[in-house]
Amino acid sequence: MRTGLVITSLFSALVLAVVVSLVLGKYPVGIRDICSFFLWKIFNARVTFTIDRQLLENILLSIRLPRIIAAVFVGASLSISGASFQAMFINPLVSPGILGVLAGASFGAALAMILSKSWFVVQASCFIFGFLAVMAAVGVARLYKGNTVLLLILGGVISGALFTSLLSIVKYLADPYNQLPAIVYWLMGGLTLVDGSTIRTTAIPVLAGIVLIMSLSGYLNVLSMGDEEARTMGVPVEKIRLILIVLATMLSAVTVVLAGMVGWVGLIIPHIARMIVGPDNRVLIPVSALIGALYLVAVDDVSRLLFATEIPLGIITSLVGIPFFAIVLKRANRGWS
Amino acid sequence: MALVEAKNITFAYSDKPVLNNVSVEIHDGEVVTLLGPNGSGKSTLLKSIIGLIRPKEGTVCLNGKNIASIPQRQLARQIAYVPQIHKSAFPYNVFDVILMGRMPHKTFFFRYSREDIHIARTVMERLSIAHLSRRPYTQISGGERQLTLIARALAQGARIFVMDEPASGLDYGNQLTLLGHITALSKEGYTFIKSTHSPEHALWIADRAVMILSGKIIADGCCDDVVNSETLFRLYNTKVNVVKLNGSLRVCIPEAIHCNGAHEGTGSGQLGSASGKAASGGIW
Repeated sequence: MRTGLVITSLFSALVLAVVVSLVLGKYPVGIRDICSFFLWKIFNARVTFTIDRQLLENILLSIRLPRIIAAVFVGASLSISGASFQAMFINPLVSPGILGVLAGASFGAALAMILSKSWFVVQASCFIFGFLAVMAAVGVARLYKGNTVLLLILGGVISGALFTSLLSIVKYLADPYNQLPAIVYWLMGGLTLVDGSTIRTTAIPVLAGIVLIMSLSGYLNVLSMGDEEARTMGVPVEKIRLILIVLATMLSAVTVVLAGMVGWVGLIIPHIARMIVGPDNRVLIPVSALIGALYLVAVDDVSRLLFATEIPLGIITSLVGIPFFAIVLKRANRGWS
Repeated sequence: MALVEAKNITFAYSDKPVLNNVSVEIHDGEVVTLLGPNGSGKSTLLKSIIGLIRPKEGTVCLNGKNIASIPQRQLARQIAYVPQIHKSAFPYNVFDVILMGRMPHKTFFFRYSREDIHIARTVMERLSIAHLSRRPYTQISGGERQLTLIARALAQGARIFVMDEPASGLDYGNQLTLLGHITALSKEGYTFIKSTHSPEHALWIADRAVMILSGKIIADGCCDDVVNSETLFRLYNTKVNVVKLNGSLRVCIPEAIHCNGAHEGTGSGQLGSASGKAASGGIW
């Protein structure tokens, strides 16, 4: 009952935030024009505009909407992948980068930036290296016998450190006038470069990842009771965990493709969601996704409007996330111990 | 035919041998208690019976069928594991924890059905913990948590319960409540295999006691025959009298309280274990 209410109100809030964000921007566009535009676009209704229709179409469909959708994707993906990793690793302090996906994806993007001029190559390399880093972590964990959860985390530390140092090499080799600044800006995180075609290519992995993790969320509860217990309840622990790791990795890698490094979202949003609806992952996952999307849409509005020049998104999420996390840590701590 | 039959089990964590050619049979409806000092191999034997570890040599059979050949889900419908009380990292509702017991009956993509919810409610009422339903599992008492884990095992639909020191960490009253529930369930035909550090728990509710010392079974039989001063001295290196009071329960009375050095094991089994007890729950 209550859960339904929470989900409905969050969803409404998200729709509202999307509409408001369409209105907000450097170029003034009225809500009436926006409504008319979509009526015309979708239902082919006969409407009049107060500004040039082509200009309106450009602003809404090529600039604002892709960016807003990207914010929704990134917020939802990071939050879901954070919540899943937290359950799998039985630790509410885990963030999506635990297995090295963010380090790997950053390296992949940076490498492609100095080797290729093609934007598509950068995105592909980013995604692929995100996966490679996680596979390295899982591989390292497989080398040894013992507590799998702990070994996976150590594998993640190793793989993350490896790709971070490889990233340093790329930065060192990069041309300091063009490539290095590009890499640095990318790592600060932002949605400036998002366009319609990126949204179309990333939509499939994002939506597939979200739907699949939501349908497997019951397993997250059982996995968070520990491997042994999960196994005695008939859960094929290794298989399910690997599937969930792949899905969560896919989601986090896509966020780097879309927005570079956006820190803290995957860590704090699941916490907020847990404070509202409790830890049951069957509810927590969708609620985290909605809150994350809402949060990122709002933060992106701030990032593009607060100052004359745009502030990188990742800087704002960190600046907001860190103090918030400090407060949450104090408040939520009774629930964990 | 025995319900569960462990034959010639040998197991070692890396190079340290834990079980040495151990055989034990458990019959339908029995309550069997494993007794033995720390590190004697009790937990390892229980874990091989539940299929959590695969013995180096020997087999465990359920109804004559090697459990290594039984799919995990099917095994879980027949044998349930009740771990020592622990704290979960996340404050799931008691009801949600019990629902997890329905896992072995679900398909890959699943939702809990009305029947699952009904079963979870029924087992909670069965153990008189229905009032805890919406309480966070992390905030209830140790005794309540142990009952929650038993409820989860009941929800699993299993008829065989493997319990690793179920009474440890419980206060005196909760220990007795636990023993009461085990007795009641065993009268309904459930089979229990449990380990304990308290010989009295064997005397009070078990049909049979199996004593393990350094990975070998030194005694196996009816509790009244097997649990006596001589065997307890071998296990715990302490002189204990087993006395019958007023024709009812029998109790253990140590002859004297003195400070021997700690004996036998070092709990080595847990150190090298594939996933030690400390692994589940908590913030690492």
